[in-house]
Amino acid sequence: MSDVQAFSRRRVLNLGLAGAGAAALAPTLASAQTPDPLIVERQEWTQYLGDGVNAKPYGVPSKFEKDVVRREVEWLTASRQSSVSFTPLHALDGVITPNGLCFVRHHGGEAEIDPAKHRFMINGMVDKPLVFTMEDVKRMPGRVNRVYFLECAANSGMEWRGSQLNGCQFTHGMIHNVVYTGVPLKAFLNEAGVSAKGKWVLAEGADASAMTRSIPLEKAMDDCLVAWAMNGEALRPEQGYPLRLVVPGWEGNMWIKWLRRVEVGDQPWAQREETSKYTDLLADGRSRQHTFLMDAKSVVTNPSPQAPLTSKGPNVLSGAAWSGRGAIKRVDVSMDGGRNWRTARIEGPTFPRAMARFYVDFDWNGQELLLQSRAMDDSGYVQPTKNELRKFRGTNSIYHNNGIQTWLVRPDGSAENVEVG
Amino acid sequence: MSKSAKAIVLLALAAAFPGAACASEKVGLGRPALSEEIKAWDIDVRPDGQGLPEGKGSVSDGEALFQTKCSICHGEFGEGAGRWPVLAGGKDSLTSDRPEKTIGSFWPYASTVYDYIHRAMPFGEAQSLNPDEVYALTAYLMNLNDLVPSDFVLSRENFPKDLPNEKNFYDDDRETTEKAFWRTDPCMSNCKAKVEVTGHAAILDVTPDDQKDNKDEKPSAGVE
Repeated sequence: MSDVQAFSRRRVLNLGLAGAGAAALAPTLASAQTPDPLIVERQEWTQYLGDGVNAKPYGVPSKFEKDVVRREVEWLTASRQSSVSFTPLHALDGVITPNGLCFVRHHGGEAEIDPAKHRFMINGMVDKPLVFTMEDVKRMPGRVNRVYFLECAANSGMEWRGSQLNGCQFTHGMIHNVVYTGVPLKAFLNEAGVSAKGKWVLAEGADASAMTRSIPLEKAMDDCLVAWAMNGEALRPEQGYPLRLVVPGWEGNMWIKWLRRVEVGDQPWAQREETSKYTDLLADGRSRQHTFLMDAKSVVTNPSPQAPLTSKGPNVLSGAAWSGRGAIKRVDVSMDGGRNWRTARIEGPTFPRAMARFYVDFDWNGQELLLQSRAMDDSGYVQPTKNELRKFRGTNSIYHNNGIQTWLVRPDGSAENVEVG
Repeated sequence: MSKSAKAIVLLALAAAFPGAACASEKVGLGRPALSEEIKAWDIDVRPDGQGLPEGKGSVSDGEALFQTKCSICHGEFGEGAGRWPVLAGGKDSLTSDRPEKTIGSFWPYASTVYDYIHRAMPFGEAQSLNPDEVYALTAYLMNLNDLVPSDFVLSRENFPKDLPNEKNFYDDDRETTEKAFWRTDPCMSNCKAKVEVTGHAAILDVTPDDQKDNKDEKPSAGVE
């Protein structure tokens, strides 16, 4: 047995899918030989009463979903407070990420702020610098609800040099997609009165990293939101409670959490997170800066290394696609490593700068597959391969890896993160 | 509808939605920020020196402070302990296979050093340093990176505008250099002669196996 085969078996076992793995090739039973006890015997949940209506005043998922959780990769970072966790994309469907599963990226740990003690300041090149309480913020007119994806600039960053992490949770899980409730940042800037010389804003968080980013005034006045709710409830503390900035289509680092201040100026501030970090080193030793936009990207979430195929016959391929440039227009899927493509079915809402869900219903006869997906957005951008990206950028740019992902699906149904040439 | 009936409707609307008049009017929410409040929070420093406070600090004072407050993570000479960030060295490494991106080799501006130390360091005890201490630490880090001599005293007056690598940064140009990624008809069939697998994540085996075992060690490209 080769190392690779040995790995595959161990991987399936380790992921708690031993039953599924062992049954990988079992054909779907067309008829039963003996009656199913789950049907012919009375089950306890049918006989005895369950919990009352308020046993869990704030509901949680079924205990049978306990493995659907955020996870981290400790070797990535030196501390747990400046680190990242990953959304379990392989276990999710539709387009909305549940609040408790949205990936987390902190630089100074999770600030816990009493909303009564939170203040939001607008200062710099304005007619009248202002301070708002949370109550003031929520009284501002012009409240909106918008669905947007938030993707970390470093999502898939560990894959620049080749296949490294085995599962779409780890290769693509620095992303979430929720409904935000808030007020356009423009409303606050207008209230303070932006000077004609204003060209940039600096957004700042209240946490122990006092996170800061420079944002062009044009973007700030266009679609940025000051948001206090996600998916209908208050922001989670790990997502910036009580207030965060929403910067649609742009890299997650700019979505300042625990937002306490927006300053107007006439040039960018060259803060640490836009010089040392979130700049993209290219092969010639020069670096791109201000690479704000997240380009069109997609990934097949099922099947994938954490979600192997378990049966031959009818199967559903599922995946997610998104683009910072606009709405997803089309997703193509290949099962032979990019030689041939078919257009997938996009199902559900496709908002600009939000995640779209796609499906391909297919019949699997047990042959090896090399699965890929290729997103296209309404700007005409087509998701490139990793090798095409490397041609322009080399392998040391860390951020903005939107290259096409390949999963190798073996005859036993197990799947692996691979590169193809 | 008669003119008087219209007037009655408008009056009723005005009563139901008081103040819902002109969108360009100020709402009147929030209150003016006081200068002490702005001073407390607005601590950012720009490359042109805007935001630098009065004060000064020497390389030698910075060295003493660094050994007390910084070296446990960043090493005595900014070389970094364990996976903690390396602050010095890495000169001419940016085109190498494993670039070392430090203040001296990579950062474009010294203002960022001052701003970030003051803003967020020491890790776990942010905003505990006074202006003279931040000037001294900045001076020491510049000295470790061979940017100033060991008898240098840094102040707002002699604060440098940019560092050696500043000229190697340029604004996002993806829409021109990567124009090829906008295409009307991506290939749909017989797109390549053959496909071969060239890399396996399983062979590297650095993925955490389960909830209790996230410690697989394989330091590679981090996200910090």
